[in-house]
Order: sequence, then structure tokens, then C-alpha cells
Amino acid sequence: MSDQPLLSMKDIRSGYGEAVVLDNISLEVAERGSLAVLGRNGVGKSTLLLTIMGFTAVGRGSILWRGADITAMAPHRRARAGIGWVAQEREIFPNLTVEENLTVAARPGRWDLASVYDLFPRIRERRQANGNQLSGGEQQMLATARALMTNPALLLLDEPLEGLAPIIVEELVRALKRMIADEGTAVILIEQHAEIALSLTEHAVLLERGRIVHRARSQDLLQDHATLDRYIGMKVEGSV
Amino acid sequence: MTSTSAALAGPHEHLRAQDRWRAIEVVFWLATLLPFLVTPNYLSLASQVAITALFALSLDLILGYAGIVSLGHAAFFGFGAYAAGILSKHGWGEPLSGLLFAGIAAGLLGYLMSFIIARFRHLALIMITLGFGLLLLEAANSAGWLTGGADGLQGVRMWPLLGMFRFDLYGFTAYWYSLILLFLLFLVSRRLINSPFGLSLRGIRENSTRMRAIGAESRAHIRKIYTISAAMAGIAGGLLTQTTETVSLGVLDFQRSADILVILVLGGAGRLYGGLIGAIIFLVARDQFSGINPQYWYFPIGVLLVVVVLFLPGGILGGLAQITGSERFQRMVRPLMVWRGKSP
Repeated sequence: MSDQPLLSMKDIRSGYGEAVVLDNISLEVAERGSLAVLGRNGVGKSTLLLTIMGFTAVGRGSILWRGADITAMAPHRRARAGIGWVAQEREIFPNLTVEENLTVAARPGRWDLASVYDLFPRIRERRQANGNQLSGGEQQMLATARALMTNPALLLLDEPLEGLAPIIVEELVRALKRMIADEGTAVILIEQHAEIALSLTEHAVLLERGRIVHRARSQDLLQDHATLDRYIGMKVEGSV
Repeated sequence: MTSTSAALAGPHEHLRAQDRWRAIEVVFWLATLLPFLVTPNYLSLASQVAITALFALSLDLILGYAGIVSLGHAAFFGFGAYAAGILSKHGWGEPLSGLLFAGIAAGLLGYLMSFIIARFRHLALIMITLGFGLLLLEAANSAGWLTGGADGLQGVRMWPLLGMFRFDLYGFTAYWYSLILLFLLFLVSRRLINSPFGLSLRGIRENSTRMRAIGAESRAHIRKIYTISAAMAGIAGGLLTQTTETVSLGVLDFQRSADILVILVLGGAGRLYGGLIGAIIFLVARDQFSGINPQYWYFPIGVLLVVVVLFLPGGILGGLAQITGSERFQRMVRPLMVWRGKSP
């Protein structure tokens, strides 16, 4: 493993048009690393992912991918370079079948139809169904699987567990754990369920009003109830 | 519906399975030969149908597959028609090279236009294509020295096809010429949409931002398909010129852009055969109804359009696919399907 980070953001200021949403953001993700991004609603978590993907206006700072500057690179070229993004809205192609949703993203590499079906057996059963016939949980699995089909070195996950039934959450968490730990895909994970996000990742940052206000190892932050309570208003219950 | 038999096929196998010919398609193309035998007096109409079907197919490529709405597609049809006509008028009446010229001319125009098209969607596209169509119509109208203006282009003379087959009064040559070109360009379109490029186009139709996020350069894809579609529309226009040996301003008319949209929506957009079926229904209906009442022939078409859009949102073919895909229908025809040797 080289010591050069996979992704590094240096003093990034970004937003939409005139509106600045993020400021002074610096962070790094190592090859096979994992980072949880926590914070209340509207602090700029999704904008952070959009900035990495190239869908926002960057006013200052730079984004490096494996050491090369990609600050001005077009989104589709970032995707080809190895950044995958699962949006909060999931954005399944409604009139394509599950298999077409996956096929359209396919690029050669470790993940193919067989291995993503293996990771998410539930969507294998629905392969001939249209995107708009899936349940929320199935859509989320498909959105994640579709991003994996591009064989990314870094996967950006925007609240993958939002609004899902507990049993589906369990199934997804198992798959994410396997993806991060066993398969070694680097991940940036945004999640409201802080305990789950922290248990899945190595490092964590806390965002408040567009700035990073706290950095910690995920394990340590999990125990640091005061900080969690202060920045995301979360009372961590007795058992984790 | 489509059946992928292989348990875990890769992306290329998946596309190849889509590309396999179905029995109903073979029947359809054999049926296009029927006018020669059954209605030899209607071959001129048949060739009009084939040309319109080709035009509708070109619109389907951008509207049905890439989600590019256009109310000005007659611009390319008309441009091709004039290109073929002007070439012939100036002494080169060889049909095949004339058609190629028409296709290239319209394709070039489409390529230039595609840089604007790729930047817009939905309502903006409708207005831009509409305006572009009107501009071209007025340009043709005022450039009388080149196009003949409102009098139409006179003096188009086609040489015999392949040096052997004259364009006859009954439309015999016209029909088989148009039909063969329709079939060839249909094959090209079919291959195109069942390729990875075609699947990407459908992804762009569904959500172009998402396609960029998974690595497809949406705008370049749109430029490509728009150019191809324009060239194909130009060839259809060139065919009309060559088979009728005349060009009028009508080839650029807004009505033609609107009609072709109606035809495609009637038949079912995004299904390749939709435009073909739509063209048959529309032109045969026009022929029959205008015989009954020349003034109000569009009335039944209007009724049909409203009924189709209300009850069969996917067009006539979409409705058929829904019926044949239903559980009950499957049970009904299963005994008939045994001969196809489908494994369970």
C-alpha cells in the first residue's frame, strides 16, 4: 500500500451558483479506507459528495485523486477514474429492468453481475422487474449494486439506510460491512444512524454549517457521547 | 416480454439476447411484401408509408431512446429532400449516390444542431426545434433561386435505379427501393439500440445526471444519436424526392413535424416498430378517410390519438405488449408456443 491517499480535498470551498455551502474542507481517504461523515440536516453532507463527484461549483481549494488534480474534471471522467456515487434519492432508471440498470453501468473489474447478485441476493430475484416496481429497500440495494458495477475504488454513499425497514437495514449493513472489510472498497458514508456509520468505518468527521468541526477515529467517537450529543443531538443509548 | 435464459449472463450476453430475432418480426417483414401481390394499385401509397416509416424511425431514435423531444424534425427530412432534388436538377440523377448525398447533408446539419440540442431538455427543446424548423422553412421559401420557393423545385429527373430500373408510374420501383432502404436502416437502428451505446441512451432518457455519475458522457452520446437520426431523416426526405421527382415547401412544413410525432406516439415510441405501425395506420387512414370526407379526414385521427394516449400510454405497440405480457394471455398461448422449443 502506498502512503499517497486515494482522495484528498484541500481547503475546499464549494456550493451552488453564488451560494457557498462548504468552506475550508480538508480531508483524506486512504486506499481501502473508510470515512463516516456525520452532522445534522442541511450542514452540507450531500454537497460534500456532490463536490467530490464534480456536480458543484468549486470556488477555492483542490481535489486530488491518487495525487492528480481533478478539481476541474467532468463528472463522467471522475466516474471512469474510479469514483462511484449512490445518491440519497437512489435514482433508479424507472423504465429499465434491474438487470439493465446494472448492465448500463458495467465496466470490467472485480464486480460483475454475478458478484453483485451474490452481495444482494434479493435483487437477483427481481432481475426482470422494472426499476419502478421495486420497494425502497430493493431500490437502495440496486442503486448500490449499480455503483459497484462501475468498479469504483471509492464509493460515496449518501444515507443508504434512510427510511428502510429494520430487517432491510440489517441486510444492507451486512452487505456494506462485507464490501468495506472483505472487498476493500474505500467508502465515504453519510448516515443519520451514527452508531451504524461509526461501526462500519475507520475514521469519522463531524460537519457543522459547512465546516469540519471534529475529527476522530470512529471507534473513539462512538464512545465520545458528549461530542456526538453536541453536534448531532444524539443520545447514545446504553448498549451499542 | 423479453426472456433472458442464461442464469447469470454478463452485460454483453444480456444485450445479445435482446438482439435475437423474434418470430413476429419475421412475419412483419414478410407482410411488407404483401402490397406487391394484394394491392398492386396502391404501391405509390405503400412507398409513401415506407418513407414515412423511415422518417418516424429516425425520430424514434432520438425521442423514444434518448428522450430528446422534437417538434421540428421535418427540418432534416426537408433538407435531405432538397439536397437530393437540387443535386438531380443540376445534372446528377443517380439515385443511390443522390440519397447518400441527402443523408450526409442532413447529417451535417444535424451535427451542427446537436451542439445546441445537447444542452437543453423538455420544453426548451420543443421550442428550439420548433423555431429551427420554421427558420429553415422560411429560408427555403426566400431562397427561390435555389429551391424554387413556393412553386416547388422543378426539373428533378432521376436516372434508372442501378442503371436498370426506371421509376414507373405505378410506384413498383419506388416501393421496393423505399422498402429495401427502410429495412437496411431498420437493421442499423436495431443493432444500434441493442448495443451498449443504445443502453446508455436509454439511461440518458431516464436520468442524464445519473448517467454522468456512472461514467457516460451524456452530451457526446446525444450529439452522436442526433446526427445519426438527422441523417436518417434526410435519407427519408431524399427518397420522397426521388420517388416523386418533385420537392415542395411542404417537406419542411410544421405539419410534417407534428404528423410524424403523432405517428410515433400512436404506434408507440421507444419500440422501433412503433413508428412503422404508426405510419401504416396514419397513412392508410388518411387515404381511406379523405376518400369519404376530404375536409375532415384528420378528425378520426384525432379521436384515435386521444383514445390511444388515454388508454394505451405506451402507444398501440405498448398496449399490445401489455396484453401479451399478462398472465392470462401467457396461459392462453402457452400451448401454441411449444413448437418454439422454449425450455421452462
